[in-house]
Amino acid sequence: MEKLDGYSGPIKRLLEENNVRAGDVIRVVTVDREYVGTVIPRYEYASQDFLTLKLSNGYNIGIKFDRILSISLVEKHSPPSFKSTPPTFKGENLPHAVIVSTGGTIASRVDYRTGGVRPALTASDLLSVVPELAEIARVDAEVLFSIYSENMTPSHWTILSKKLHDYISRGYEGVVVTHGTDTMGYTAAALSFALKNTPVPIILVGSQRSSDRPSSDASLNLISAMRASIEAPFSGVYVLMHGWVSDERMAIHLGTKVRKLHTSRRDAFKSVNTKPAALYENGKIHVLLDNLPKRRPPSDFEIFPNFDEKVALIKFYPNMDPEIFMHLHSRGYRGFILEGFGLGHVNSALIPVLRKLIRDGVFVFMTSQCIFGRVRLTVYDTGRDLLEAGVIPLEDMLPETAFVKLSWCLGNFGEDKVLDIMKANIANEYSSRTVLEEGECFGN
Amino acid sequence: MEIKNFKAKVGLEIHQQLNVGRKLFCQCPITESDEVEYKILRYLRPTQSELGEVDPAVMFEFRKRKANIYIYNSKSACLVECDEEPPHPINMDAVKAAITVALALNSKIVEELHVMRKIVIDGSNTTGFQRTVLVALDGVLKADGIDVPVQTISVEEDAARLIEEREDAKVFSLDRLGIPLIEISLAPMETDPKTVEKVALALGRLLRLTGFAARGLGTIRQDINISIEGFPPCEVKGVQKLDLIPKVIEYEIMRQYHLYNVATLLKERGLDPASSVGEYKDITELFENTGSKVIRKALDGGKKVYGIKVKGFKGLFKMEPYPNVRLGLELADMARAYGLGGIIHSDELPGYGISLEDVEKVKSRLSAGESDAFILILADERDLDALSALRQRLLQFFDGPVPETRGPTGDGRTRYSRPRPGAARMYPETDIPLIRVTKELVEECRKYVPKPWTEVLKEYMQKYGLNEKLANQILDSPYLNLFEKVCSTTKLSPTLVAVVLTEHIVNISREGFDTSLLDDERLMELFTLLDSGQVSKESVVEILKCMCSEKADVSECVKKLGLKPLSDEELNKIVHEIVASNISLLNSMGERSFGPMMGMVMEKVRGKADGGKVSKILKEEIVRMLQKLREAE
Repeated sequence: MEKLDGYSGPIKRLLEENNVRAGDVIRVVTVDREYVGTVIPRYEYASQDFLTLKLSNGYNIGIKFDRILSISLVEKHSPPSFKSTPPTFKGENLPHAVIVSTGGTIASRVDYRTGGVRPALTASDLLSVVPELAEIARVDAEVLFSIYSENMTPSHWTILSKKLHDYISRGYEGVVVTHGTDTMGYTAAALSFALKNTPVPIILVGSQRSSDRPSSDASLNLISAMRASIEAPFSGVYVLMHGWVSDERMAIHLGTKVRKLHTSRRDAFKSVNTKPAALYENGKIHVLLDNLPKRRPPSDFEIFPNFDEKVALIKFYPNMDPEIFMHLHSRGYRGFILEGFGLGHVNSALIPVLRKLIRDGVFVFMTSQCIFGRVRLTVYDTGRDLLEAGVIPLEDMLPETAFVKLSWCLGNFGEDKVLDIMKANIANEYSSRTVLEEGECFGN
Repeated sequence: MEIKNFKAKVGLEIHQQLNVGRKLFCQCPITESDEVEYKILRYLRPTQSELGEVDPAVMFEFRKRKANIYIYNSKSACLVECDEEPPHPINMDAVKAAITVALALNSKIVEELHVMRKIVIDGSNTTGFQRTVLVALDGVLKADGIDVPVQTISVEEDAARLIEEREDAKVFSLDRLGIPLIEISLAPMETDPKTVEKVALALGRLLRLTGFAARGLGTIRQDINISIEGFPPCEVKGVQKLDLIPKVIEYEIMRQYHLYNVATLLKERGLDPASSVGEYKDITELFENTGSKVIRKALDGGKKVYGIKVKGFKGLFKMEPYPNVRLGLELADMARAYGLGGIIHSDELPGYGISLEDVEKVKSRLSAGESDAFILILADERDLDALSALRQRLLQFFDGPVPETRGPTGDGRTRYSRPRPGAARMYPETDIPLIRVTKELVEECRKYVPKPWTEVLKEYMQKYGLNEKLANQILDSPYLNLFEKVCSTTKLSPTLVAVVLTEHIVNISREGFDTSLLDDERLMELFTLLDSGQVSKESVVEILKCMCSEKADVSECVKKLGLKPLSDEELNKIVHEIVASNISLLNSMGERSFGPMMGMVMEKVRGKADGGKVSKILKEEIVRMLQKLREAE
């Protein structure tokens, strides 16, 4: 049966009979009390034998259906909604910037369907929630997708890269992409490869705390990302998020070397095997790396937007069945990125299978599930056997970045070019030096 | 209308910390910790509620734009308190505590609990909201001769502790954040202030008897809503001591009554707000060469002088019908709440170094006449919201008492805190699933419903042989658990234990000693030594004082004070010496010489021997000596 404001069954019938919808104020008479309150929509996964009512003191309660004697309409109202005011810009000479929304918790509201948090605000709603943006740039906004980032696919990367290419070609000086944090690292890598010689920086930004709450990192992240996109001296693709749990420092990470390393902390995103590209602190950008591409004219701005879906990222584990790889190959998979142990090892049982697959034209590359450190197959027997079998080590590239890169190579170039391009340092996905860093990953 | 004819209503709301072992939404223990491991800086922004409205109290805080600095210690807080991790499932013991109280008060228990977010952006919650859940509605509290209807029973998390408020930031400690509280809201009562105090005591006692209540100073807090007939209530938040309740109520009634009188007076004078209250004007230039130190200091600090003319108000600002009840104070308190130093009004001028000449200049600039008044506010451009609020407050003097949130000053009066919030600031806490309250759960809680206080009191008096006064004191005391433990594990008289824990400790606290250091562990040690005779009961007070002032434990104090008890041999020797050197007394008074000699011995012995023991030995010695003397005759 179709649900009415999340209600089905007898409660739905009761509401319909009395011409009641969510947002209406009603009187509910039960076996032991009378309540007056606003009908609140029911979460999809909540049981259907309770009616949710918001009392005048603001609290919601659930009233059991079988205790209800009658309901009556007291006052009709509009259902709960978000009010936004049109934005006003502070300056005529401000640069043009665009915020492209792909969804995620940087723009969300309470979801009555699941009881959880869901992307719901339009991009211009962002501007009314974060008026500071209007002081930095003349902001245009577009909602490209409104999906959870875990549902992103390579075709979304393609559409996004084309859209950004279009905006930049039209002369926008600041480009910010809002994204769910779960796969923001993957998208950042995808854009880093798809967009060559970007004239201006593209800053991806998300939030770890949903924007419907006062403590949300959404606003501060967004404002910092806008500032960074306008003011940074470098170009390229980056991820900006909190640098630590305090609001004082934002970190700007290379799109190919950033990974979400914590499920919930504001500073979940960390640069791996490198320092962040820059920090944003006290209103200033401090550049930390010196091999970043510079801002430039758009004359050699190119796009390679395609991605091949038949690439798999596989984390190896003890006694993993080599058959899995054969099976994937039989399903058309052309390339594997392996996350091996330590320096890049798998068990010896897999090696003959890899050798055969590589002979049959499958691309196999090695990264490490240690995440930190460099893959080196020349040190131990296993590594040397892997090399001899034709597996290509990927130095200090992140497994997720390697997966995206291989997908991108196969999507845009002939097979004869794949190995060369994979080994080339296209977008700072390799660092030639790994320096000694002090402090733990999540220390201050 | 006479003040005594004014009907006043008082609504009481208490917040009681629960000692259910863990915080409400995580597994952190409930403990205080002062050490700083990390400092986390955050800003909070206003948000919108489910019904699309923004709250005035929320905008008030946002305008201040202060940073919040949170002090973190891993003993007492985790990522949940840092707002770096979603909340864990609710502590069901806290829910059970609330259900138990609901059963005790005959309230209607909500069958499906919805945890809500109550927006709070004064910094005291890292998330920007307080998680709270309504557990029961209605019910009745039977207190000392009065039945008070109950409105709501909720469970919520306590806020972070404000350590310091600086100009640019507020500093909080995260240790208290997340501690479970039960909130009970009573229906407004029309009764005398003393009875309200009795009601608060009765409610507190009921909570303590459930066994779920944490005990000690600061674990219970009373919020009082006071309104006079025909006007909305003001809330006085955070009244901790029970004996302050009647004082606060009396002060509020006087204050609100005065505001009503002022409104009536203004109407009689034919004034109306729109034409009476002027706009705030920048009159800094009039004070460029002022001799006033106060103004000079402000100007040097970059502030300006603003003036607001108030027509027909001459004399009204300083009018003080009751102690500390005057309009000038209302405005000054509000200014301070907005971060300003206060205000200066014309009724107190010339003063503060502001000359009569200055006053005339201001009056001229503001076009103020003979019956008019004005206020001066020292502020800068960031304080425009404060200027608007103060101007708004002047307009509201025409309305009588207006709803506000106030705080107690500690000496019985109240001061403005912030605007009264609306109900628009609650929306569902979607990270926590709905909680079904089953019949089984309710029945499980029924066994925790306590017997009425009078019954428990009788039981205690019987069980421990205490008089009513002591029994009441120990049942109200934070040391109740310790009392029961000591009585069951030692041979000490319960009366003695109760006297030590209630009367001795309270007395030395009144003398100024810091009794917060007397925790259960240290006191248990004292009782153990008392039990084994290593410490005499006469020396207890001295030892307690030493423990507080030296921050030492019992054995250290015993050593320090030289209170090691005398051996039987030593005691016998002293008694014998005293008796031997008082033969004439013995001869003249016979056995009645016991009295004075006891005094002499106790003075010599000074806490190193038990009085009962001394008495026994002395009696025996006197009898022996008297016999000897008779034989000698």
